[in-house]
Amino acid sequence: MATPVIEVQHLKKYFPTPRGMLHAVDDVTFTIEKGKTLGVVGESGCGKSTLGRTIIHLHESTEGKIFLNGKDVTRLAGKNLKAAREKMQIVFQDPYSSLDPRKTIDSTVREPLVVSGRYSKKEIDEKTESLMELVGIDERLRMAYPHELDGGRRQRVGIARALALEPEFIVCDEPVSALDVSIQAQVLNLLKKLQMEKGLTYMFVTHDMSVVRHISDDICVMYLGQVVEKCSSKELFQKPMHPYTKALLSAIPSTDIHNPMKREILKGEITSPVNPKPGCRFAARCPHATEACLQPQRQEEVSPGHFVTCCRVHEVN
Amino acid sequence: MAEVKAKKKSEVVRVLRQLSKNKLAVLGGIIFFIEVIVAILAPVIAPYDHTAMDLMNINAGPSAAHWFGCDDLGRDIFSRIIIGSRYSITIGICAIAIATVIGCAIGAVAGYYGGWVDNIIMRILDVIQAIPGMLLMIVAAAMLGPGFLNTIMAMSIGTIPGMARMLRAQMLKERGNEYIEAETSINCSTFRIILSHLLPNCMSPIIVQATMGVGQTITLAAGLSFLGLGVQPPAPEWGAMLSNARAFMRTAPHLVIFPGLAIAVTVLALNLLGDGLRDALDPKLKN
Repeated sequence: MATPVIEVQHLKKYFPTPRGMLHAVDDVTFTIEKGKTLGVVGESGCGKSTLGRTIIHLHESTEGKIFLNGKDVTRLAGKNLKAAREKMQIVFQDPYSSLDPRKTIDSTVREPLVVSGRYSKKEIDEKTESLMELVGIDERLRMAYPHELDGGRRQRVGIARALALEPEFIVCDEPVSALDVSIQAQVLNLLKKLQMEKGLTYMFVTHDMSVVRHISDDICVMYLGQVVEKCSSKELFQKPMHPYTKALLSAIPSTDIHNPMKREILKGEITSPVNPKPGCRFAARCPHATEACLQPQRQEEVSPGHFVTCCRVHEVN
Repeated sequence: MAEVKAKKKSEVVRVLRQLSKNKLAVLGGIIFFIEVIVAILAPVIAPYDHTAMDLMNINAGPSAAHWFGCDDLGRDIFSRIIIGSRYSITIGICAIAIATVIGCAIGAVAGYYGGWVDNIIMRILDVIQAIPGMLLMIVAAAMLGPGFLNTIMAMSIGTIPGMARMLRAQMLKERGNEYIEAETSINCSTFRIILSHLLPNCMSPIIVQATMGVGQTITLAAGLSFLGLGVQPPAPEWGAMLSNARAFMRTAPHLVIFPGLAIAVTVLALNLLGDGLRDALDPKLKN
């Protein structure tokens, strides 16, 4: 098997807070093959975005390892850190705050090239132009400011900036959740097209199940900083195993009148990620919870490529 | 690149256009502009030598020969006010320029790094701000000794904390935006992020504060000179002229009125301009 572009082993990211350690990402392990997309889903505050930001070194990881093309990039500084960051870029959720309001579109897209210091002025001009064309921004908008553009175009600018340094891996941090549905499809198709043309590898963070189904090869479901279920996109929608995944999928509205949605409504609130207890973090809200769930959980491969972290997975299904 | 420059210029044009809609701000701008021209051309414009004494005209009221009258040594007040504008306006602009540069540097560091760096800087500024502004300037002027340059120094020391605080607050607000993370991920250096992205986005309130600050500094400098700690005679700084004239306030009120008017008009003009700038720079009012 070829070396995966991204491999993450037991990655942890804790934030110190006045009340204790906030376990934003707790022991996450996965790999993403070249040209594939890993969807990461979960409710707000479950650590999806933090996971993405930690992998691309916007946050420093607390524990665990990150490999880029088989090379350990967990602890880097100086030149090596810059080289690794160039290979790993990010597209943000809010296309307004992710662009400098006082810079033209042209100078925003141009900036990564200028900062890298590798290109001559002429090369930068050419590259900027081809990037704009690639993401479909009109020539006439080059000198516009972000506030003059709509959300979809702004997001395209963000994508062009992320692509400028020819990265291999891109974290898409809810790139369409701030957009109108009609624009969402355009941006998703653009991302897919770019992936095919350039062999990009994506980690696609979202809470929108229909979006993740559309774009992902594999999906991981996160709950309070931990991966509770991980398998191929198809399998997840057909055969969800973890009680949380089931509840999540049951919340997708059904358009089939013969098969109306049977919503599993979760009780209670998401528990605090500060100093969590050992054991299944979903136990407090899980309809199937027993005493055993309060013990530390192990990830189990229930069928090839389908991992579930639940001690009662066989009894529940 | 020519296009980029053209667009950048249009941002300035936009602010000026917005500003031109505000009649009072335009008035303030014109008055201040004229004063600056007068200050530059002062020796040419002034009808008399500002130190020349005419003992026949001691405390003489306004007349055709001496428009604003003469002071207690028979010097032409009109000439002295014109020459004095050089001192007052230079003190105002230089003190604010120094305070803005230093204040912004301090505020930028505090706001960007946060944590203990921010804490230490802010506590030091707290201590400085705990002392009343005028008192601080008096102490600074007393320690440095009176004089033109020292007055500028004293003025800027008093203004730095306010500037630093304001920029820090702006920085904290701007720093949370995702574009800062984006800059980090494309390997922008901290220096570049602060200078080329954060500062331009934080400048509007600073520009306004600086404009109004020039007026306030002129008043404060006049106060300092009034106390004898600012610019020393025979230099005709407006505050010094007031200070000198207070003994004759009853017998020759024009000695007080004209320098006082000069200060009031300048400060008023700058406040009007500053008010207008605040509105013009507000992106929410973009047309």
